[in-house]
Amino acid sequence: MIELKQLTKQYGKAGSLTTALSELDLSIEKGEIFGVIGHSGAGKSTLIRCINLLERPTSGEVWVNGKNLTSLGKKQLQAERRKIGMIFQHFNLLSSATVYDNIAFPLRLIKTPRAELERKVSELLALVGLEAHRDKYPSQLSGGQKQRVGIARALASDPEVLLCDEATSALDPQTTDSILRLLLDINKKFHLTIVLITHEMHVIQSICDRVAVIHQGGIVEQGPVTEVFLKPKHEVTQEFIRQEMDSGEALRLAMQGQVNGPSRAVQITFLGSKTYESILSHTVHETGVNFAILQGTISTLKDTPYGQLIVRFEGEERAIEDTIRKLLEQGLDVEVIH
Amino acid sequence: MFGLDFTQIDWKEIWTATLDTLRMLGASALFSFIIGLPVGVLLYMAARSTSGLVRFGYTILSFIVNILRSVPFIILIVAMIPITKSIVGVSYGVLGTIPPLVIGAAPFFARLVETALNEVDKGVIEAAHAMGSSTSQIVWRVLLPEARPGLLAGMTITIVTLVSYTAMSGQVGGGGLGDLAIKYGYYRYETEIMILAVVLMIVLVQLLQMAGDRLVRHFTRK
Repeated sequence: MIELKQLTKQYGKAGSLTTALSELDLSIEKGEIFGVIGHSGAGKSTLIRCINLLERPTSGEVWVNGKNLTSLGKKQLQAERRKIGMIFQHFNLLSSATVYDNIAFPLRLIKTPRAELERKVSELLALVGLEAHRDKYPSQLSGGQKQRVGIARALASDPEVLLCDEATSALDPQTTDSILRLLLDINKKFHLTIVLITHEMHVIQSICDRVAVIHQGGIVEQGPVTEVFLKPKHEVTQEFIRQEMDSGEALRLAMQGQVNGPSRAVQITFLGSKTYESILSHTVHETGVNFAILQGTISTLKDTPYGQLIVRFEGEERAIEDTIRKLLEQGLDVEVIH
Repeated sequence: MFGLDFTQIDWKEIWTATLDTLRMLGASALFSFIIGLPVGVLLYMAARSTSGLVRFGYTILSFIVNILRSVPFIILIVAMIPITKSIVGVSYGVLGTIPPLVIGAAPFFARLVETALNEVDKGVIEAAHAMGSSTSQIVWRVLLPEARPGLLAGMTITIVTLVSYTAMSGQVGGGGLGDLAIKYGYYRYETEIMILAVVLMIVLVQLLQMAGDRLVRHFTRK
């Protein structure tokens, strides 16, 4: 659906060039929710603006839906942009227009007949739950409502792709969740490809199918969220996840506890339906080891449940080995950490 | 009171002068807006162009606007006499003052337009680009509506400035209240007429400013 090839973006004049993106490749599938996470200044904002050419890359190609946008003329680019919706951190609504007129904006650009425009905007107002606010001005709305107007406006021209530029960063946690749910609904309902950039792991964890981690203008890690989130490889990724879990210090303290006899600290990862099965308790019953839970999370990644426990097995050396082997056999992921 | 006698005033003359002032104001404001608005939009667009040639054009246009703004109005009137004659046929009277008034006020208004457009949120313009708007759609559907309160404020300032310009044009026999105040009050020491003319101009400015402020408030949505 979206293909970025060898994308490079540099700012400034020769001699004092800043490179925002360097030879970046990225491929996004139709219908997926793809997240790009990175710190501010990592290049994620430039990246998403290159997809609809709000920023023109210095070199490289941008392919959206089989068309090379970088090769198009002005008029053709405008036509292609109508198929790419975009929402923004600061909403960017017309302050001089009502909710209705803001949503109607993209339709008026293409001279939609009045009756169709009316029908379309009413549908969108219902979709985002703002029927009661159609004649209000943006300044009379809350942040979450403004973003709903932004979403309705972005969907008005029936786009195939929705770009979300830090769309929830200006919202409080509760509103963030309601907007994320709305995006997820839209993704399912219209089979819309969504690309979002964020600096919050929480956003990725809630709705994304795949994620790319951007650092210093390049992608350092990417893959399905379940993989990247549960087994982060790059240190930037690990840092993002640690922030979300807020666990580094607590774990260090837990590991300091002294135990008599052999023991082993392991990280066990459950994924999918296994998360809610009593695999661990059954296994230790069989092998006769004891365990202490040092740390644990049970949550979901988008709709996939997962659990991640750090436990310390205590008992005979052989029994501990046995336990780990049995857990592995039952499809859990076990990693000995101490 | 203060040895002034208002009973001798020729009210018909005051009325004619007031009408003349309003005519000059109306016509010169209209043409100043018609010329100044596109020039202001052009200044705004040219300053943001990615083409070096267009940005050079901006520098030239901006320079011309600055020159016209820095020439004292009284000199502009005199310097423009041949041009005025060729446009409206005469270089005196109500008609003869309109071209210099327009040339004096249009560049001023163009700058105010540029400033008002600069105030428009960049994010909204970016969003319009993202939605596939053409340049003219961005001007008509985003820039001008979003800048409306600023544009109305600029129009108010321009009209008020034109009131004082019309007074100066009295120097070349332009007619109107300013002419009256100078002719009677300054040359003939008939202080009463001068005071009355000045008061009328103050009232006029007050009314214009109030109307302008009201419109600005009405259209402000922030």
